Amino acid sequence: MSLLSLQGVSKRFGAATALDALDLEVGEGEFLALLGGSGSGKSTLLRAVAGFERPDSGHVLLRGTDITALPPQKRDVAMMFQSYALFPHMTVFENIAYGLRRKGEAPGPRVAELVEMLGLAGLERRRPHQLSGGQAQRVALARALARRPTLVLLDEPLAALDANLRERTGFELRAIQRRTGSAFVMVTHDQAEALSLADRVAVLHAGRIAQVAPPRELYERPATREVARFLGAANLLDGPGGGFALRPERIRIAPGGRPARVEEVAFRGADVLVLARLEDGMALRILLPVAARAPVPGEAVEMQWEADDLVPLAT
Amino acid sequence: MGGGRPRAARHLIRALAWIWLALLVALPLAVVATMGFGTAQPGIPPVRLPWGAEGWQGSLESWALLLEDDYYLGAALRSLRLAGITALCCLVLGFAMALGIARMPARRQPLWLGLVLAPFLCGFVLRMAAWVGTLRDAGWVNRMLGHLGLEPLRLLYTDAALLVGMVHSYLPFAVLPLWAALARRDTALEEAAADLGASPFTVFRSVTLPLAAPAALASFLLVFIPAMGEVVIPELLGAPDAVLLGRAIWAEFFQTRDWPLAAVLATALLALLALPLAVQQRLSVRR
Repeated sequence: MSLLSLQGVSKRFGAATALDALDLEVGEGEFLALLGGSGSGKSTLLRAVAGFERPDSGHVLLRGTDITALPPQKRDVAMMFQSYALFPHMTVFENIAYGLRRKGEAPGPRVAELVEMLGLAGLERRRPHQLSGGQAQRVALARALARRPTLVLLDEPLAALDANLRERTGFELRAIQRRTGSAFVMVTHDQAEALSLADRVAVLHAGRIAQVAPPRELYERPATREVARFLGAANLLDGPGGGFALRPERIRIAPGGRPARVEEVAFRGADVLVLARLEDGMALRILLPVAARAPVPGEAVEMQWEADDLVPLAT
Repeated sequence: MGGGRPRAARHLIRALAWIWLALLVALPLAVVATMGFGTAQPGIPPVRLPWGAEGWQGSLESWALLLEDDYYLGAALRSLRLAGITALCCLVLGFAMALGIARMPARRQPLWLGLVLAPFLCGFVLRMAAWVGTLRDAGWVNRMLGHLGLEPLRLLYTDAALLVGMVHSYLPFAVLPLWAALARRDTALEEAAADLGASPFTVFRSVTLPLAAPAALASFLLVFIPAMGEVVIPELLGAPDAVLLGRAIWAEFFQTRDWPLAAVLATALLALLALPLAVQQRLSVRR
């Protein structure tokens, strides 16, 4: 039995459909990323699990119990908000202790444990406005973990951090998830974040799950056009029997391939991005290793790829 | 040019503000404060100023009277009590109304705010007259009681009638600052509290209320300060023997024509009101 189970969950806001008969399963102790663009329904999905939005139809089950109608305070689910939503009139200690006090538990030992786990020692007496972005993020995580929830929901947990802090915090997040054993469901619009942290990634499109798969499988075998487009800007080719995805790093420039004309070349540090156009007018993105000879714009080249690299897409 | 025009405009605006304050606030205040040290005399004006041809000839008589006579202390205490209870009632009712409106969908809020302000469309005296008509001995409340076979009640010219009229008049002033603060509140904080296991009441007590405290203090003072000097509503609805500060000042100016005493009362009222304002300033600066 899975920990969280969504069965045919639909939610409309006026004329807009946020969730469209969505099904999803999350296992015990799993780290699942919900990946999607804005308006894909990923935040609504998270809020429906937390209890802030009541689905129009369908069921939300936690360990087999139907919690669709339960208010947020009765759910063994904790949410970390994108804005962190730290209580500005309380200290760091009181923020972390808030959920424990609601249970009538003496907060001291558990708060000390979380302060130690998240490296917040010495900040207990500060107010949220006296914290850096990274510190506030860790306080928000500590507060969500305080009641040892079986399921932690994270709404864009890294989005508000600087780029250089984001990577390290991401690794910390995964380490903490393994240490606590809670299941994490993280909403993100950043495909690299989703692929690098999660055990499985669910791609949302127009209120439905387009594909759920482990990161590697998702990256290499995108099931639909939307998934392929969302994951690293794959090339989408039309061929006999439907569309195909072709990853830009799978294309080589070598004689004997299909003729094309180079339009743009950009050195990106780790690789070289080439934009080229085939004779039939189709534009391709190609990623070349830095060691390879880079073509110049306007040059006529020939491009090759293996038949295996063409991933058929469902229409 | 290079910014010369905006700077001149800034100076002009600042100068206008200072002229306004000097002519219409500081000068009248100085006149009133000075008058408090004068002596009442028959004539026009009915006061001898504290200095004239012979130099300083002021007296502390009126100040001494203020402190000696229980009548004025009683008026001050009654005013404090009335203004305090009025402001408290307006705060409690206003908070509920403001929170109710702030929780509505944004597009419906203007309508309800408009309804809160709707009493202003009808003249103040008319609204008070309506209370008189409602509460008087032969008013419709008592007539209804009569139809039910009950004894008529003395409603008008009581503290209760006065309080009803005061709360009715001042309530919109309490709602507006509270609504402004509550409509801007971060609802994610309330969601976070609920998510951490707080019941709706605990969410209100531990998050909504403390974060709205500055606005609650502001709206309390916005009612309390004018209520302290209110003259007309007690005159129309209140008990005639329960003299309030506003009424006392009025009577000294226009009936007994003891202008120095009236001036001393006005100065004392101002000093009394400066205290809570100073406290609020301190609190808002610290935040």
